[in-house]
Amino acid sequence: MSDFLIRHSLIASSVVKIAVLLFMVLTALAYLTWFERKVVAHIQSRWGPYRVGPHGLLQPLADGLKFIMKEDPMPAGVDKFVFVLAPLLAMTVALTALGIIPFGPQEIELFGRKTSLAIVDLNLGLLFLFAISSLGVYGVALAGWASNSKYPLLGGLRSSAQMVSYELALTLSVVGVVLMAGSLSLRDIIQSQSGWSWHFLPRWNLFAGPLPQVLGFFCYFTAAIAETNRAPFDLAEAEQELVGGFHTEYSSMKFAMFFMAEYANMVTVSCLATILFFGGWLSPCPVTGHWIWTLYLPAAVFVLGGLGLIWDGLHYTTPIGKFELTVLGAVLVGVGGLTAAPFAIHFAQGPFWFLTKVLAFLFVYVWVRGTLPRFRYDQLMAIGWKLLLPVSLANVVFTSLALVVKNK
Amino acid sequence: MTAVLFFLLAAVAVAAAVSLILQREPIHSALSLIVVMAALAGLYLLLGAEFISAVQIIVYAGAIMVLFIFVIMLLNAGVEERTQFSRMARYIGLPLAFVLGAGLVYWITRWTMGTASAASMGSVTRPLAMMLFQDYVFPFELTSILILIAIVGAVVLARREDERQ
Repeated sequence: MSDFLIRHSLIASSVVKIAVLLFMVLTALAYLTWFERKVVAHIQSRWGPYRVGPHGLLQPLADGLKFIMKEDPMPAGVDKFVFVLAPLLAMTVALTALGIIPFGPQEIELFGRKTSLAIVDLNLGLLFLFAISSLGVYGVALAGWASNSKYPLLGGLRSSAQMVSYELALTLSVVGVVLMAGSLSLRDIIQSQSGWSWHFLPRWNLFAGPLPQVLGFFCYFTAAIAETNRAPFDLAEAEQELVGGFHTEYSSMKFAMFFMAEYANMVTVSCLATILFFGGWLSPCPVTGHWIWTLYLPAAVFVLGGLGLIWDGLHYTTPIGKFELTVLGAVLVGVGGLTAAPFAIHFAQGPFWFLTKVLAFLFVYVWVRGTLPRFRYDQLMAIGWKLLLPVSLANVVFTSLALVVKNK
Repeated sequence: MTAVLFFLLAAVAVAAAVSLILQREPIHSALSLIVVMAALAGLYLLLGAEFISAVQIIVYAGAIMVLFIFVIMLLNAGVEERTQFSRMARYIGLPLAFVLGAGLVYWITRWTMGTASAASMGSVTRPLAMMLFQDYVFPFELTSILILIAIVGAVVLARREDERQ
């Protein structure tokens, strides 16, 4: 058996990596809903989920159970094949895109084969990502059409027009980064951002290189929010006008799939923003000289977070909450201790910084949703075509000029 | 492995192409066309043309077909009506199609195809860029202008009703 695994180590290691990533991503998506509800609630001076588990921590579990148990009716007059296909398509596309995100620089050994911390490393990673995400619009458009109902149709039309419009700006906004890195591979793009200017400022694309990609980042992030159909660009599901938009007629797991696809897209977009503009897995502090203590930052964060949780758990009102929070805190302290161990400390750096940056972007996503009112449809189109497209085009021209001047 | 994948993708492409013609619902036809495009992208990938494969998906499946579906949704095109073969199609069209098919089979089997393997799997992007933007920059720019003219023409055509008011 193990002989078989070693002979087919490429397939075996890929399957293991896919399984691990899927498990982690699906759990993360579930807790992202909790995160969003909590953050939005606190922005609006509410408590958010609080009843199911301590601090509502078991809410995603309860939601998942509810999604599975719900009746799944099929409305009359729908195109059955397309109606079922749409959520599957949305979810598949959203999860596939995550397959090429590299989570760290180190390699791990699986079945006698060294593999990287991504399911696959492609030469044309960025292009592949755009190819996959350009298919995401089908889930929305087909769901709207297949539902045979006016609100979903309007929602589907709106969001496909929106996604097609913003895809241009999204693609153009990263051209500057690609020009500076000279490669479409995500790994190369991250490597090209290593180093420090003036010994303290990391040479991330946002504020280094021939031309800092501030404009590019602005265009990228705005277009990305629109591309994922999130507030303030969530006209596709404007509740006041369209009930629920394209997923009005969906319920149960099919609805959950659209939901998960949306969150998976948010994660992908945040990962890409981290990779392209914020140095991916690179640490913001130099790990040499008297900065060497920053190697222990991940451990410190985990241990302090765990101790905080234990303290909170000891003061919690319900006995179950006391138990769960203390155990969770102890686990976090343990993880922190593990990341400080000599054999894991270098390995932990890449994923830790990568995930921290991604989490920061996800927070910004929720923050924007909690703060900004929704745009009108004509404003949305005007921003896409008259602001983002010219600005990102100008960014391409200026970056090319800066590169030519520098290489002279 | 490559041969198996090739025949799998080819079968998918042909099946989807047949389904494209036989489907009565316009959206189903469009979906079949997307499957054809995806299968073609897979074939390009087998040939080592990663860049062309990605661009095939981005341009055809991601952009052009989205517009197709958009237009079908917007116009709410109904189900196609199925008619009997017209007399013209039955007595002239079918024999001609048969002759064309036979001719294709004949020529393809006679043609000893070259087995020029694709360039190495390395970076295809750079040589492609060199070709497009240095060797063939004039035709490339000419095509761009042609497309620009088409866009301007479309906008002018769409605008005409406003001016009449």
